[in-house]
Amino acid sequence: MVTRLKEVDAVTVGLGWTGAIMARELTKAGLNVVSLERGPDRIPGEDFILPSVRDELRYAGRLELMWDNSLDTLTFRNFPAEQALPIRRIGAFLPGEGVGGSGIHWGALHWRFLPSDFRIRSTLTERYGANAIAADMTIADWPLSFDEIEPFYDRFDKICGVSGKAGNVRGKKIEGGNIFEGPRSNEYPNAPIKSSNAGLMFGAAARSLGYHPFPAPVAIASAAYTNAENVPLGACEYCGFCNRVACETNAKASPNSTLLPTLRLEPKFELRTRCFVTKLNYDKAAKKVVSVTYTDLRNGEEYEQPAGLVLLTSYVFSNVQHLLLAGIGEPYEHATGKGVVGKNYAYQFEAGAAAFFENKELNPFWGSAGTAVCIDDFNGENFDHGGLGFFGGGYFTCNTPSAPPLAGRSVPHGTPQWGSEWKRATVKWYHHAARFNTQGSVYANRDNFMDLDPTYRDAFGRPLLRLTYNGPENEHKMSRYLLDKLEGIIKAMAPTHYEMHPRPKTFTVVPYQSTHNTGGTMMGTDPKSSVVNRYLQAWDAHNLFVEGASVFPQQHGYNPTGTVGALAYWSAQAITTQYLKNPGPLVHA
Amino acid sequence: MTEETIPRRRFLLGAGIAGTAVASGLGQTEPAAAQAQGPAAAAPAAPQPEPLLALNETEHAFVVAAVDTLIPADELSPSGSDCGIATYIDRQLASAWGGGAKMYRAGPFHKGKPEQGYQLPLTPAEFMKAGIAAANEWSRKAYGRDFDRLVADKRVEALKAMEAGKAEFGSVSARAFFGRLHAMTMEGFFSDPIYGGNRNKVSWKMLGFPGLPATYAHLIDEYRDKRYVAEPRSIEDFS
Repeated sequence: MVTRLKEVDAVTVGLGWTGAIMARELTKAGLNVVSLERGPDRIPGEDFILPSVRDELRYAGRLELMWDNSLDTLTFRNFPAEQALPIRRIGAFLPGEGVGGSGIHWGALHWRFLPSDFRIRSTLTERYGANAIAADMTIADWPLSFDEIEPFYDRFDKICGVSGKAGNVRGKKIEGGNIFEGPRSNEYPNAPIKSSNAGLMFGAAARSLGYHPFPAPVAIASAAYTNAENVPLGACEYCGFCNRVACETNAKASPNSTLLPTLRLEPKFELRTRCFVTKLNYDKAAKKVVSVTYTDLRNGEEYEQPAGLVLLTSYVFSNVQHLLLAGIGEPYEHATGKGVVGKNYAYQFEAGAAAFFENKELNPFWGSAGTAVCIDDFNGENFDHGGLGFFGGGYFTCNTPSAPPLAGRSVPHGTPQWGSEWKRATVKWYHHAARFNTQGSVYANRDNFMDLDPTYRDAFGRPLLRLTYNGPENEHKMSRYLLDKLEGIIKAMAPTHYEMHPRPKTFTVVPYQSTHNTGGTMMGTDPKSSVVNRYLQAWDAHNLFVEGASVFPQQHGYNPTGTVGALAYWSAQAITTQYLKNPGPLVHA
Repeated sequence: MTEETIPRRRFLLGAGIAGTAVASGLGQTEPAAAQAQGPAAAAPAAPQPEPLLALNETEHAFVVAAVDTLIPADELSPSGSDCGIATYIDRQLASAWGGGAKMYRAGPFHKGKPEQGYQLPLTPAEFMKAGIAAANEWSRKAYGRDFDRLVADKRVEALKAMEAGKAEFGSVSARAFFGRLHAMTMEGFFSDPIYGGNRNKVSWKMLGFPGLPATYAHLIDEYRDKRYVAEPRSIEDFS
């Protein structure tokens, strides 16, 4: 028995960054909004407090804030000919669960894509010729430009209290910032986080080689800040417990700390936690999603919630699964390359290094992502790819571990993993290790995609989403090139010892790598080649807006959240200024 | 009754830390001196034996012997079990995590390839118990006795064989079992003492990790290229 509820103006499926942004913008416009969140509520003053958040085992080890795979998961295989098997406990990537989603435990690196990233297919064709892009590289221009999205990047910066140093304000290049970035309308809301000692050493070496180092931009306030919603944010304490954990000073931006304090007071907003949306009810003839069906996990009852607007604001995987289950959009078929839902899956291609400096004191336990120093000289089209045999790139970082000791220890490769010799090496190098990363782009490939699994089902009987992924040769070449350039900088830092960590040839779901999964509901200019239009509106259901990184046509050499937030504000503005006045397709294909 | 079947009865023991030595005293033929560990630096006061939540006596004896081999007593720390790591492992196996919380456990089950990750129906607790049984069975074949009744250098040899996947375990993967044992040992050594390991913050003191106070904004500039040292504090110290 499904209980049919009274219709509401809008419903969000999930309440992370995009759900919170949509709920806030739509309630401001006068709509009644219900957010359905499968996980628990998470309230900063109750859940993000000392001393309990400074528990590395609970949060970083046992993944307190992450996806509960007992209800659902993905199946995974490297190649289409293989049998996909369920990821029985997430590892390589860690989507969050509960109010705030992945926006609580993220590292908070806060980036914008390059202007050339938004028209990458055109840029590469112009620079390297019409035949330069291989047939299996299914990249696409974004259906909006950097200049169009810039005001929304700016807006999201002022919600998060982002700290950093601008390198380009309205076309004026500024030394000490990222001179490769697109023109910003404003300097960062907050001054940069203080760099780690290792970061400064990296910056000096990079500069000596002619590169352009700058402090990492992060959604972590370096000073007390009142955000654009009039919510006070605290200053970073450099505690070192940042990653996979909530921030008790509300310096690291989360939906919970930046938007929900206002939203919770809003009478037009209603939050229902432990409500698992299982189905979008699609009226194909009317081209509308008329309602969503969910199970209240607290009593096992099923409810149908009709809504005028449906905001699909889950993580990438759930967004794709919902569309495939509901039959919205044509599913991608690998054999023929036809169809769009599930197409252009991309997974950030990160690779790193470690270096040891026996005479440097690095205090590895303090800091955050913000204490890193970066260079962007080898990202996107910031460098010439002529004759290199690959496209793409990524920014480099250097930092100390900035973590407690489960994750914050390093010993040189070849050290025994246990016993007295291991212990002596651990103690010897603990204070002297620096870590490096390259945030490699992924230019989508036709062989990497998502569809429904034919065998495995979730706790509600729905087919699991099946992921088929392996790193394409283009990305391996790109990554080796980045590591080669990084190695040059590391050598210039004169370490006692260093080692490069290239990516394995075959992707594995076991060790943690990155939570930057993108694609599957790509945005574009027409329904043949995309799932949603430039306003994130589904081509096949005009009251359905799909938010988040699932709309990325490919992934660029930066963390995705800055763009995810900006796109949500861009989409919300289209809804409130255009759609509500005249509900229907905002773009006519 | 052969020595292999003599139960490890911890109630006979004066203290949990002596578990290995006294258990091996019940019919052990190896010279007692071979079991002796070096003098432990800053050894904590002898704790009371901890009640077991998940492991039986045989399994516990294995875990004590294993963690004492992975984290031997030396000038840097007491032995793994003296640091509470066996207690930590027992409690973790009894926790929701040990019982398979947040794991997808539906079939069908296929071996798959390593890139697809863990594919067994067993919970972490069940997997550890199956692994301990397999390790002891292998140890009896290879050395004529259970792992915990081996002398120190044989234990090292046995763990290295498991780590390298050279130990023939039958149905359980020796390498996967060792991987889990090693990971849990490191967790027990380095995580907050609230979980039963890292007794007296022994590993934090060893490393120079200050623990929880972690409000460093005012110290960053002052301690550039200079080691910051503080007496570590844990969750309990702030509770």
